[in-house]
Amino acid sequence: MNFDSSVPVLLIASSLLPGLIIFTLREEQRGLRTTLNLMGASVKLLLVAVMLWGVHHGHAYETVIPFLPGFDLTFRADSLPMLFVTLSAVLWLLTTIYAIGYLEGSANRRRFFGFFSLCVSSTVGIAMAGDLFTLLVFYEMLTLTTYPLVVHRGTKQALRAGRTYLVYTLGGSVLLLLGIAWLYALTGDLCFKEAGRLGDLPGEYAPTLRLIFAMLVLGFGVKAALVPLHGWLPQAMVAPAPVSALLHAVAVVKAGAFGIVRVVSDVFGIEFANRLGVLTPLAVAASVTIIYGSLRALAQDDLKRRLAFSTVSQVSYIALGVALGTPLATIGGLVHLVHQGLMKITLFFCAGNLAERLHVHRISEMDGVGRKMPWTMGAFTLGAFGMIGVPPMAGFVSKWYLATGALQAGQPWVIGVLAASGLLNAAYFLPSVYRAWFRPPSGEVAERAPAGGVEITWWLLLPPLTTAALALGAGLLAASDFSPLAWAKVITGREFGL
Amino acid sequence: MNTPHPGLWAVLLVALPLALALAAYVAGRRIRPILVWIAPLAMAALVTGLIHSLIHQGPFRYEVGGWAPPLGITWKVDGLAAAMLAITASVMGAVCVYAPGYFAGSFKTAGAGKTELFWPLAYLLWASLNAFFLSADVFNLYVTLELMTLGSVGMIVLAGTAESLAAALRYLMLGLMASLLYLMGVALIYASYGSLDMVALGGQLRGDPLTWAAASLMIVGLLIKTALFPMHFWLPPAHAGAPAPVSALLSALVVKASFYLTLRLWFDVFPAVARPSAAQFLGVLGACAILWGAIQAFRADRLKTLIAYSTVAQLGYLFLLFPLAAAPAVAKKAWLGAILLALSHALAKAAMFLAAGRIQQLAGDDRLDRLTGIGQRAPLALSAMALAGVSLMGLPPSGGFAGKWMLLVAGVQSGQWWWALVLVAGGLLTAGYLFRFWAIAIAASDHPSQRVPVNWRMELPPFALGVAAVLIAFLATHAVELLEIGAAFPIGGTGEVAP
Repeated sequence: MNFDSSVPVLLIASSLLPGLIIFTLREEQRGLRTTLNLMGASVKLLLVAVMLWGVHHGHAYETVIPFLPGFDLTFRADSLPMLFVTLSAVLWLLTTIYAIGYLEGSANRRRFFGFFSLCVSSTVGIAMAGDLFTLLVFYEMLTLTTYPLVVHRGTKQALRAGRTYLVYTLGGSVLLLLGIAWLYALTGDLCFKEAGRLGDLPGEYAPTLRLIFAMLVLGFGVKAALVPLHGWLPQAMVAPAPVSALLHAVAVVKAGAFGIVRVVSDVFGIEFANRLGVLTPLAVAASVTIIYGSLRALAQDDLKRRLAFSTVSQVSYIALGVALGTPLATIGGLVHLVHQGLMKITLFFCAGNLAERLHVHRISEMDGVGRKMPWTMGAFTLGAFGMIGVPPMAGFVSKWYLATGALQAGQPWVIGVLAASGLLNAAYFLPSVYRAWFRPPSGEVAERAPAGGVEITWWLLLPPLTTAALALGAGLLAASDFSPLAWAKVITGREFGL
Repeated sequence: MNTPHPGLWAVLLVALPLALALAAYVAGRRIRPILVWIAPLAMAALVTGLIHSLIHQGPFRYEVGGWAPPLGITWKVDGLAAAMLAITASVMGAVCVYAPGYFAGSFKTAGAGKTELFWPLAYLLWASLNAFFLSADVFNLYVTLELMTLGSVGMIVLAGTAESLAAALRYLMLGLMASLLYLMGVALIYASYGSLDMVALGGQLRGDPLTWAAASLMIVGLLIKTALFPMHFWLPPAHAGAPAPVSALLSALVVKASFYLTLRLWFDVFPAVARPSAAQFLGVLGACAILWGAIQAFRADRLKTLIAYSTVAQLGYLFLLFPLAAAPAVAKKAWLGAILLALSHALAKAAMFLAAGRIQQLAGDDRLDRLTGIGQRAPLALSAMALAGVSLMGLPPSGGFAGKWMLLVAGVQSGQWWWALVLVAGGLLTAGYLFRFWAIAIAASDHPSQRVPVNWRMELPPFALGVAAVLIAFLATHAVELLEIGAAFPIGGTGEVAP
């Protein structure tokens, strides 16, 4: 095994091993646990940097591990996987730092960090999977390893959220299992290939392929929170803030969206899927999700619930992008995978800080918090503006490409969806920003506010500031060679053979 | 260098546990370290030796004591037999390490002398299981099957409660009835063909009514012993009522033995008589078992009852093999899938029962409503349960997933959609009852109890079995190579799985 083929395995091991070791530690071994966590996250980032350099220079990192007769575990890290891997690796490091600060002194940290690391290993496996079978294996592992995090607090409410999460995700798994087995029975091959490999099948398979497409997209749609499969996500916000960050930005909904991207672009191929006529229904479903999520978000007073419905809405931009079937829209969808992650994780970090420091959980309690926690609320504001799509934030770049892509596809109605969603985003984010900065703080907030010094520990402040800066940078420097946008353009170019 | 005759390994695999059973009965406590530590290691070495010679010298037959049939006993060793011997050694070894702690902790008051009987009975069971997997003629199989039943009944009674006594008696009655049915079939076969050897019979069986009747009697007898729905009712009280190490042996190994024989008869001896309609019927019973077992497991109010009903359901999966294998193109895939599933179920179920025993000891009871937050006090035992559960649910990456995936692909490829649906629905039901327990175990307890130090000798064996139930997926390619050695495969499947 040479270096190139061992890299994907190392990348998975860099979080898997620390996770497994953490399980064997005692609860009080805080120093060792923290060291392991940060070391794993740093090693992963280093490996990602090496791989980015390699992929940029035309390398592809491939590994095949024999598993079952006829079904190997294959990993292939080229441009599309690296987009997701980079996002996960960067956000994992930041979320780990945040979680160390956030869970200070609470129970069961060993279990938490162990499963947290396993989650990230599964996500990296999903990102690098070279075929649908491998993707399925890691996708299911992600389901299993997230459950203990969702129910982490062990309260009745948390257990109920965990049950809902399982019912939805395992239901999705059934569709995936059957769909993938059916596809295998039909074609005998599950490998991903740019522009797909189903185009050569005779025409009479079209109805079957449409059905398989629906099964796969619905299967992945559960984690991507496609309406009406989104019900688990708002409930899961009872979990601690770092878990919300993981669910909404690092791993879970992203894994669903990534699965949809894979199915559309590398199993069916965008052009073939377009000929099958399955992309327009997907675009409609994504649009409905975008509007519905925004409307529901508007009605929430609980900050984390509002953010959760906002995720429902925003993640569907990714599916919308690939479903429109044009290069520009695909760029918009792919780049939103990264942009949404950066912006949403910022918002969840900030919501966690408000709850932790000022016990503020509702929008109606947010009066004047900006004066008490200016750095946190500064990051929050940047994230919110990004979500609305204000230039020059990253969200604007995604929407711009989606809109021009929709015109290219001859589907101008999508512009209406995007505009409506932008307005709704503004309607549900601006009030909280306004309250935070322009209303006087309530008595309770003023009482709990820190009396000088830093507003909250650096463990909790640094991550949101970093992600907010990254979200800003991704927008400002979108034209540079190393922006997510440039990377998305490379991937799209390969998919469309441009 | 002179390599020993491969038959030597086989003889020792039966002789050593028999000798140990005698020694344990006579010497009891004084040789405890030998029973607990050295014997499992020695047996593991013997199995390794057997597998080694199997790989290098191919499958072989062995006439015990040099007596040729029909007088003597003939053994036959192929990949499937070796895999069963290996899994028996793994589970038995783990139970041997675990049992002293369990009996010391649970039965301080109730006549400690009686629990000493566990050892001779366990080694007797080990010897009869090994002899069973080695046997190549239908009568010897009957004898060893009977020995197994007697050993099992003896061990169930060790629990010493009135319920376990009733369960054991019911088990004994049904076991005897099942053996009688089987024996009647054997007698019919011997009367019309004059042979008891499975290989010899396989080539010459006719599809006449007499043979059909004999086959039916033998298979029905075995189905009762395998507790296939609706003949499962004896299993839950017996497996749930027995002491935990005994439950593990019964659920992991003993029911697998009769399934193993069903498999052998169906594919090696009776292919001429095995009708597609019979295969479909077995599949339907299997599907009912999956559903009914899961529903009962979900309603169970005790942890061990839950696990016992889970065995009923999981055994149902194995019977989906018969209809799936009726399609020649996917027969081999289904066969391998079912055996992988059986092997991983043995590991996972043993892990669950052993862990449940530890949990029962800590909580003083295994009623589910008393186990709130038990995960805090027995984290390692709960991890063992979780790992085993992943395999039972058939989620990746685990042995259960490997087996179910191959069955699923076989179902879809051969166009037998309904079996594929049963498979995935069964997985969901399993998740339903297992997560019901886990939610209780990891819930925040109202009155947090102080940490209990880990009892390594009771928590490590189930944990190791749980890990094995997961990791066996990564050995699946090797397991398949082993299983293919000497596999009689008369049903035409080429086993081509990848284009």
